[in-house]
Amino acid sequence: MAQLAPGEKKAVSEVSVAVYRPVGYLAILAIGIVAPFLFPAYQSQMAELWLFIVFALTWDLVGGQMGYNSFGNVVFLGVGMYACVLAQVGLFYPVSTYNAARGGGATVFTFDMTQYLEGLAIGLPVGALLATLTALALGSIVLGMRGHYFAICTLGLGIAAGEIANGWEWIGAGSGMVPPNAPDAVGDLSRFYYYLALALAVVTFLVLRWLYMTRFGLAINAIRDNEDKAEAMGLKTTQIKVTAWMISAFFLGIAGGILGNLKRFIDPIDTAFAGPTYGVWMVLMAILGGKGTLWGPVIGAVVFQVLKEASWTYLLGWQRVVLGLVIVVIVVFFPQGIMGFVRERFPDWFGHRVEGGTIAGPARKETLR
Amino acid sequence: MDNITILLEAPVITLDLVLNGLLIGALFALAAYGMALVWGVMNIINIAQGEFVMLGGYVAIVMGVAGIHPLFAVPVAAAFMYVIGWALFHLVIFRVVDRDIFISILATFGISIVLQQLMNTLFGGNVQVADAGLGTALLMGGMVTLAKIKLLAFALATVLAVALVIFLRRSRLGQAIRATAQNARAARVLGIDTDRVYAATYGLNAALCGACGALVAMAYTIHPYIGLPYTIRSFMIVVVAGLGNLAGVIAAGLGLGAAENIAGFVLGTQYQLAFVFLLLVVVLVWRNWRLARRRQYLK
Repeated sequence: MAQLAPGEKKAVSEVSVAVYRPVGYLAILAIGIVAPFLFPAYQSQMAELWLFIVFALTWDLVGGQMGYNSFGNVVFLGVGMYACVLAQVGLFYPVSTYNAARGGGATVFTFDMTQYLEGLAIGLPVGALLATLTALALGSIVLGMRGHYFAICTLGLGIAAGEIANGWEWIGAGSGMVPPNAPDAVGDLSRFYYYLALALAVVTFLVLRWLYMTRFGLAINAIRDNEDKAEAMGLKTTQIKVTAWMISAFFLGIAGGILGNLKRFIDPIDTAFAGPTYGVWMVLMAILGGKGTLWGPVIGAVVFQVLKEASWTYLLGWQRVVLGLVIVVIVVFFPQGIMGFVRERFPDWFGHRVEGGTIAGPARKETLR
Repeated sequence: MDNITILLEAPVITLDLVLNGLLIGALFALAAYGMALVWGVMNIINIAQGEFVMLGGYVAIVMGVAGIHPLFAVPVAAAFMYVIGWALFHLVIFRVVDRDIFISILATFGISIVLQQLMNTLFGGNVQVADAGLGTALLMGGMVTLAKIKLLAFALATVLAVALVIFLRRSRLGQAIRATAQNARAARVLGIDTDRVYAATYGLNAALCGACGALVAMAYTIHPYIGLPYTIRSFMIVVVAGLGNLAGVIAAGLGLGAAENIAGFVLGTQYQLAFVFLLLVVVLVWRNWRLARRRQYLK
């Protein structure tokens, strides 16, 4: 919000925003809660959408707000996914025999309801914790790099992680890993996972919304705008960067656990450490919605998921080619994203006052520098 | 890891691995030099580099199926890829030349995804080889085997590199490319059409990769998803060697080929790619750490 000079009246937009904002939040939440009952056929896609929103939000924390464009956040997703499922299995059965049996074979592994829920209740936090620790370890090493070196280095990290998982027999290697089967009595659990994904997306959004209002939010923006100056002003940049990456990894770790159970199968390269798909989509969703804004990643994820599902439905066989084309088109022709576009068209919605064609008020956030 | 003892006990196996590694390293160096060219002249990091190699490989495959000897595919692939690169420049790349380098990474990443999925749709995901039918050469009494086609590929890569250097040194276009790399604005002032230079550079890079890919298809294997490792290798080689340093690029390429081959033997082939990508991380971190001691970072 623009700083008001003394004696100046509040703009109309500011009053209306204060009224409409909670209403809007509640409306979105209500839609999220009733959606699986209205469109049961699209339940798993919608659960995926909430997770995509988490992907885009967490990417934007580091990419959009801090200016560190990472292709490697998928590492945290995969670590969280494997850690969660391994905990779910490992609490009750030896992992190696479970994976050797490939979900079937001579021995059948059953989980009753308490075991299943217990595994999940322990698995998700373990996944989050391990992902966060991974971010701490990797961040201390690679966050000294800047710009495109960081981008390519993280790309390498993501793919290397996938290749290692692909060769590691204990976690199922290239044949992948099957999460524990829920007891037959409960039937399909995808609605349960839908609500988990919804809860995660809501919590992530609220935490980041709060975070961007704190000094920490200002600090990461300072790092994005000019890291050398930020450091000269006394910010402990390395510490802040690693912390931001850890926050991002924490939520991605939980998202990984949910996604693995939702998909019912974990392929090391196509679901867990899917750099060329999820890794790039995260970036794309944030850019499509508008980098460095709170709502941008959310809007971008929704639009992208709709695009993706439409191309999957109507262009079967060519869908991945189309997605590649979409990436090129968005990046080249629409880099400011939806929020950036809206901000340029209707600056007063954002509390900028327009004077003689230039935006005054708070400095306009550059989508591209 | 017990393979290490094998290496120590039988140096001849090590020799075999190193020689074969050096042979493929020449091809890595070729693709890397193209990347250095584009990076230096246009300030673009071309993630689609490996896909250009892959496309060149499929040119050789298609010609082999048509009954033409795949060796003729090398010039054909180069010419074909020059056209593709030129077209891509005029469609997409010229729009990202003067923008943030991350935008160029993302845009070329998109192009690379389009190309690999396109080839996957057209040719299927199977591993393919263009058979040149040259047989193998045996050294050291049969202990060291070298496919003759690999030797030929090495020789051709060397010839291409020399031709490229002569081209950049002597020809008008080559001089214009080097002038643009040094200072684009000054080059424009002196009447060089930098847009045409950029288009030619990007096309030349694609042609280099195409020739490299045709050789890869004959000496090694090709499949639609082969691209990204080649891109990463190129990037790594350029980071180690620096821009505009052909000798460094060749040395780094050969070294990488040898290191990768030995690592593939010691760790098992399933971890060979993991080794490449982790090596990239190690190289970058090491370079950055060296610079950080002087309060600098990679630029």
